[in-house]
Amino acid sequence: MRTSKTCVAVLIATLCPALMFGGTISGKVTYTGTPAKAKPIDMSKEPSCAKQHATPVMTEGVVTGANNTLANVVIYVSAGADEANAPAQAVTFTQKGCQYGPHVLPLHVGQELDVVNGDQTSHNIHPLAKTNREWNKSQPPGSPPIKDKWDSPEFIEVKCNIHPWMHGWFAVLKTNHYAVSGADGTFTLPNLPPGKYTITAWHEPDGVQTKDITITGNEAKSLDFSFVLKPY
Amino acid sequence: MNNMKPVHFSSAILGFILAAGFAGIRAQDVPDVGPHPPQPAKHTESHIGNITGHSANARMDYRRYCAGCHGDLGDGQGENTPWLDPKPRNFTLATFKCRSTPTGTLPTDEDLFNTIGRGLTNSNMPIWNTFTRQQRADLVAYIKTFSPRWEKEKAGEPIKVPAEPPITIESISHGKALFTKLECWKCHGPQGKGDGPSAATLTDSQDNPIRPYNFAAGKDDSRFKCGSNNEDIYKIFMTGVDGTPMPSFADTIQPNDAWDLVHFLRTLQVNRRSRENDVLRSAGGRIPPYVEKPSDAPPANPPGSGAAGGGN
Repeated sequence: MRTSKTCVAVLIATLCPALMFGGTISGKVTYTGTPAKAKPIDMSKEPSCAKQHATPVMTEGVVTGANNTLANVVIYVSAGADEANAPAQAVTFTQKGCQYGPHVLPLHVGQELDVVNGDQTSHNIHPLAKTNREWNKSQPPGSPPIKDKWDSPEFIEVKCNIHPWMHGWFAVLKTNHYAVSGADGTFTLPNLPPGKYTITAWHEPDGVQTKDITITGNEAKSLDFSFVLKPY
Repeated sequence: MNNMKPVHFSSAILGFILAAGFAGIRAQDVPDVGPHPPQPAKHTESHIGNITGHSANARMDYRRYCAGCHGDLGDGQGENTPWLDPKPRNFTLATFKCRSTPTGTLPTDEDLFNTIGRGLTNSNMPIWNTFTRQQRADLVAYIKTFSPRWEKEKAGEPIKVPAEPPITIESISHGKALFTKLECWKCHGPQGKGDGPSAATLTDSQDNPIRPYNFAAGKDDSRFKCGSNNEDIYKIFMTGVDGTPMPSFADTIQPNDAWDLVHFLRTLQVNRRSRENDVLRSAGGRIPPYVEKPSDAPPANPPGSGAAGGGN
């Protein structure tokens, strides 16, 4: 009995700081160099989508903000954190106005993925997986969500062959500690127990950058990434 | 011992040439250059009917007949590859066009066996009818050594093809309505000529340009890549053609509707004699607009007949 009590005490002592005083990593993603220019997308071949947009939709390969900030960068803990289980709730990938929402969707290995068609036209969802299984399914308007999950970590390009401008990414990760930089380039990775971590930032045309960081206690640390962009 | 002789002989020649060319270098110093097919990591079998294929028996056939395009490593990077369009299959990805199984799953041994025997029209893959069935089965087993997916996964559950309903003008008319509704025409064109609005933009999964199928060209059936009878066409849009822009419609088409679509697709083959074209001709050569039958709507009280699907 005594040993089990001490066990519980030790468990509480070790778990509580982790649960209650998680460290936080926050920062900003910026760029130097010249980013590729976003181009307007011509949706005239799909009138049902074109009329949903008052101004032409721009390509989302590189999305920048004021003061050289960079959006759509996936920041995640690539080493150091325990490989937690996939969350029970599904993530949703929407097709609306012949655009993917979001452009980059991070999710956990094995987490359920719902692909929803909110348009009045057919889409086909074609994830060009290399290590996972590549598939290609048609989704006419009004069909139920396509459900799938991914077996191994990979950045999977996804496209619609009917509407060639539609282009997005599934970031399949082995961690639940991830964030996508917003329009202002900022990101936050909360609830990190003390430890040494490798943080990876992935940007669509530039690949990955990694940085090591150590978290002690419930401190808030700042970590910035900078990508060198090329116009072509 | 017998098959060792040529090796000794050729290495002797090689040694002689090198000794003559670079004095002082002996035959055993010759670096082991050039790709060699690795020994299959694991012995793999294939089962086609009562034939069992063994990967080990296909090594020489693969090197002699397949490696030129598919590459010694099975990665589709053979020495002919730069000059080929469409590109040879990369077996390390285990993504195959002609399957009886759902999109994203591995094909059955029989699917691969049939592909080798049938060849792939509009590509450089010939009809390998010179092989015995045993040789083909051995090659199927050999192809399965290139991707670890074959060890981890089983082949998909083959798509069930229900019995074909009678060919009627109503069936063709409904098929045409589906062709429009499912937006097949966006790539294949309103007349199936492969000239739809998205056709010019299509690329395969390796980013190479690819053409949608032109139903109207040619007279005979052999031009279908994955088999030429109505059942094969049914399977194509239920399984999708993996690695290409052609998606699977298995989740979106009901079996009877799928048969209607097959019947309509046959009428796009305008120069081909077919029962579908006969039906169309006897109906006056025009496809009447599709009128939704009351039975197609979900009935408030299911009729007692128990008939599955809408029927034709």
